[in-house]
Amino acid sequence: MTFWDRFADTTFWDRFANTTSTSWDRFADTFLNTAVMAKYLPDIIDGFCLTVWLAALVVVTGIAAGLLLAVVRSLGVRPLNWLIIFIVDLFRALPPLVVIVLLYFGLPSAGFLPNAFATTWASLSLVLMAFAEEIFWAGITAVPRGQWEASRSTGLTFWQTLNSVVLPQAIRLTIPPLTNRTIAITKGTALGSVIGLSEILSQASSAMSLSFNPSPLMLGAAAYLILFLPVVVLGRWIETRFAWHR
Amino acid sequence: MSSPILEARGVHKHFGALHVLKGIDLAVAERELVFVIGPSGSGKSTLLRCLNRLEEPSSGAIIIDGIDLLDRRTDINHARRRIGMVFQSFNLYPHMTALGNVTLALRKVAGKRRAEADAIGGAALARVGLADRADHYPSQLSGGQQQRVAIARAIALEPRVMLFDEPTSALDPELVGGVLAVMRELRDSGMTMVVVSHEMGFARAAADRVLFMDDGLVVEAGTPAQIFTAPREERTRAFIGQIQRH
Repeated sequence: MTFWDRFADTTFWDRFANTTSTSWDRFADTFLNTAVMAKYLPDIIDGFCLTVWLAALVVVTGIAAGLLLAVVRSLGVRPLNWLIIFIVDLFRALPPLVVIVLLYFGLPSAGFLPNAFATTWASLSLVLMAFAEEIFWAGITAVPRGQWEASRSTGLTFWQTLNSVVLPQAIRLTIPPLTNRTIAITKGTALGSVIGLSEILSQASSAMSLSFNPSPLMLGAAAYLILFLPVVVLGRWIETRFAWHR
Repeated sequence: MSSPILEARGVHKHFGALHVLKGIDLAVAERELVFVIGPSGSGKSTLLRCLNRLEEPSSGAIIIDGIDLLDRRTDINHARRRIGMVFQSFNLYPHMTALGNVTLALRKVAGKRRAEADAIGGAALARVGLADRADHYPSQLSGGQQQRVAIARAIALEPRVMLFDEPTSALDPELVGGVLAVMRELRDSGMTMVVVSHEMGFARAAADRVLFMDDGLVVEAGTPAQIFTAPREERTRAFIGQIQRH
């Protein structure tokens, strides 16, 4: 059979059409099963709300702690700076999942009984703090020395200079990298599922086990998109906005 | 000479192994304009920066308006209000308008309310001929205008002494005149000034005294006429010859 004959043979094409249609049905039944989805939607919504709350907390505490460390580092006290660099490098090197597992299974032996929410919150905050500190510190050192000198020469104190002259410029520089890093670390809320935190992924996988159907996973993915897509778009908007004003 | 308003006695400055100032004595009378010239690396900028303790002198004494700047009990931030400084690279705060630059220290250091600070700042900007640029950001101003805003920022605090560190070196030639005109007006109003600069024409016309520095020492001091036309020291003669060839 020549190539042209095969091309003209309609039964050859029917075969493709048939397979496509049957496997699509199977796929839809497995991953987009509306009955299963409807049943477990409330669970996914619960997980969604918990994830939003956790993510917001991580962003606030992580960035605040990172800024605080960067400000303390700018004081230039040697032993303090070594300590800060050690902590920051430690939490930048450790995978967030390892931090979560270590805290969750390690704290009970230290006398604390952590719950999954607090552990995930603390772990991700520490990791975000470490990265935010480095980004803020880079921003502070990027402000020219002449800015400090001009301000100090008019009688402003170290703290007034930091607050009114240096940080406003430093933070403007740090917005784009900080936005990216914040999004990356906040998505780590899904790691809480490992220690039984009932966030989106955990709700979705237990729903999958109960229903013997992975459709809840698709629902979970959609929930993540609904949560993080606006954040990503907001991040892009912030980046362009702050880029103009330079 | 009446008792000096600014006095430096035996000022030394080391940067590690580098001995930059090797015992500088300087007395500046009220309303006097002292011009400091010398080759690059002679220590003239370092001397100026020691006079408001932007650089910490290694030893010696600096007394401004009766205040011993190196005394531990001296509030340096308070004392710096009496010493205005203008930098080679302007060092305006890029995130603030011209008026914001001028009023920051008025509000933070002098404790003025915003309305009062704006009035004083507006008057200072008018004095340097930039009343109509109050709302402009530094990036919207020419180099000469930026330097005039920097002068306004310093004089708004009503300092007793003004220090100029090569105020026109970073400017295009056609912009130098405007800055020198402002300095001339300041001088005529009776401001005490110490100027590090290569503007020999300005020195001849406006300076009371010219100091020639080389290798961390004041080699020679005298009236502009004496220093420029009949220098006593060989090193002074060589330097004057070199700069006048251009």
